[in-house]
Amino acid sequence: MESALLITQLLNGLQLGILLFLVAAGLTLIFGIMDFVNLAHGSFYMIGAYICGTLVYLLDSFVLAVILAVPLTLVVGYVAERLVARSIYARDHLDHVLATFGLILIFDTGVHLLWGAEGMSIPLPDWLQGQVAFSSTIEVPSYRLAIIAVGLAVALGLFLVVTKTRIGMLIRAGASNRTMVQALGIDIKNLFSLVFAAGAAIAGLAGMMISPITEASIGMGNDIIIVAFVVIIIGGIGSIKGAFIGALIVGMIDTLGRSYLDQLFKLVMSDQNAETAAPAISAMLIYILMAAILAVRPQGLFPPKVR
Amino acid sequence: MRKSLIAVLLGTVVTASPALAQDDPIKIGFVTSLTTPAAVIGFEMKNAAELAMEHIGGEMGGRKAEIIFEDDGFTPATGKQSTDKLLKQDKVDFMTGFIWSHVLLASSKAILDNGTFLISANAGPSQLAGKGCHKNFFNVSWQNGQPAEAMGAVLNQMGVKSLYLMAPNYASGKDQTGALEGAYNGEIKGKDMTKWGADAQLDFSAELAKAKASGAEAIWIFYPGKAGNAFIQQYVQSGVADTMPLYSVFTLDSISLPKLQDAGLTGVLGARETLQWSPDMDNPATKKFVADYKAKHGAYPSYYAQQAYDAIMLIKSAVDAVGGDLSDQDAVRAALEKADFDSLRGDFKFGNNHFPIQDFYLREVVADEDGRWTTKIVSKVTEDAVDSYASECKM
Repeated sequence: MESALLITQLLNGLQLGILLFLVAAGLTLIFGIMDFVNLAHGSFYMIGAYICGTLVYLLDSFVLAVILAVPLTLVVGYVAERLVARSIYARDHLDHVLATFGLILIFDTGVHLLWGAEGMSIPLPDWLQGQVAFSSTIEVPSYRLAIIAVGLAVALGLFLVVTKTRIGMLIRAGASNRTMVQALGIDIKNLFSLVFAAGAAIAGLAGMMISPITEASIGMGNDIIIVAFVVIIIGGIGSIKGAFIGALIVGMIDTLGRSYLDQLFKLVMSDQNAETAAPAISAMLIYILMAAILAVRPQGLFPPKVR
Repeated sequence: MRKSLIAVLLGTVVTASPALAQDDPIKIGFVTSLTTPAAVIGFEMKNAAELAMEHIGGEMGGRKAEIIFEDDGFTPATGKQSTDKLLKQDKVDFMTGFIWSHVLLASSKAILDNGTFLISANAGPSQLAGKGCHKNFFNVSWQNGQPAEAMGAVLNQMGVKSLYLMAPNYASGKDQTGALEGAYNGEIKGKDMTKWGADAQLDFSAELAKAKASGAEAIWIFYPGKAGNAFIQQYVQSGVADTMPLYSVFTLDSISLPKLQDAGLTGVLGARETLQWSPDMDNPATKKFVADYKAKHGAYPSYYAQQAYDAIMLIKSAVDAVGGDLSDQDAVRAALEKADFDSLRGDFKFGNNHFPIQDFYLREVVADEDGRWTTKIVSKVTEDAVDSYASECKM
């Protein structure tokens, strides 16, 4: 029974980690390659969810809605890059923070005006509503398995693009030494646009995947963007591999902390104190880990090779 | 220049003349969530308060009345700022609204120290019901724990032997679980308090897996707002809905049900909650309120709307009783204490701590004749319930 619960929780942690990876992947590339702090990255997560939700109600098909919503989010990301981000790459980080914080407010208010404050529930098709039973005690919602599958496919795709293609080579080169890539005659502006828009689309995909579970709501991206920053700091800024492993570590720690910390605390303190302290401490665990990693290995676990 | 000087002089004359002061409107400050996802609750309350003003023709005690709405941003700090603005700048006569206990607790001292009447239209923290009760504080909803106590009684009656509890980790979440644990006689197999606030936890996979593994017979939750919908979706998706029936407080209402219906989560039909009101309540005031609200906003009003409506009606009853003259605070307070108005929940009276002594009902989620999901009263659970902190109030 206990081991069955542990396996279920590990799968839950894996699913959360994969979702975090989808958000962190774009963030780490944008930060790593363009040296651009994009607080508004989480807004694409929200926009993706709302576009997808609207399409689900129009088309009555979740899968079709996701397939259409990803390129639409890509377009939103591209437009945001051209209108806002492109003009401030050369400025310092504080300007990036200010401008992208402004973008967050614009996106949040825009969603409020277009879709209202009440959030949007997104229905799943019947074949994703059920559970998959691995044994009599291990039962996992099929939709969560679908998230894991989609996330792993995207991770594999990203890995292949980054390691095996010319574009990927440029991205890696850009993350290592931006000036040199430019000196070699590569149109770095187009590369930036591409990475920015693709990152937005992948974050949007994460928003689409989560919204049938938690529903789409204003500010949903702002909650996850902080954790995504933690992920890329742990993993090493600019590294896809680091983002992947960092996301899995954070997902596992968060889920297992929520599952077992209160039992652990009950061994050393009263039940009531344990119940109150456990959620607070488990919410802090990932930040404690980040602080530890910053102290011991400030460049993160898997930084890009040359900086 | 000369014109503006005359205007200023005239202004001084008007405000200086006590006879004419009655022409100033009665001002009601209304603090609620108008931004963040919690705004969906805030706008319900605003809509209902505005409907109340329409029903009374914007008049109280022969004077014009107006409501000034301010946002609490779902955080105590912003709520306090809005409160200060209403007190100092607008100089309101009454303060009401307040969805959240932590927002109310951060603002109540400033309001009561200012000598302003405070009528909570939702939050009912134990602090203000017990030792911290105040002569100028009234509550038209409930003490936070009361619906959960009623739910405990229901579960005992139904013979539910064991429960798994889940609630957010903040003032009201603790009140709720504490109240349920006090009233429920069965075994509590496990309990999770989850992160709350602007970045509240919305993914309950770990907790649901624990609940399932705990072997409890049923699950009880308290998740107001968007966390409730997130929970219900995962409760159905995880299959917990097939084995553990859901009992809740403040989670399933006219705000969450339309969205759950859109998402096709039929697993929630039949789920049960305890509360002091339901849109199908059989009294003339409720019939008129629900019909007008539906006509205007195309949806059932929730209990938040009912309470906001009652708060405005309570204020009107007191201002009417003193003929619009608010200078004698004791007279206004005495009039408020009588609760002499047609409350949507039917008759109730205020206890010694100015919290309602009222009946609680078991409500069930059903589809109405148009197929729209709503709640229906199943039975009366407790009669003239007094909250458990009233005895601590020395007033």
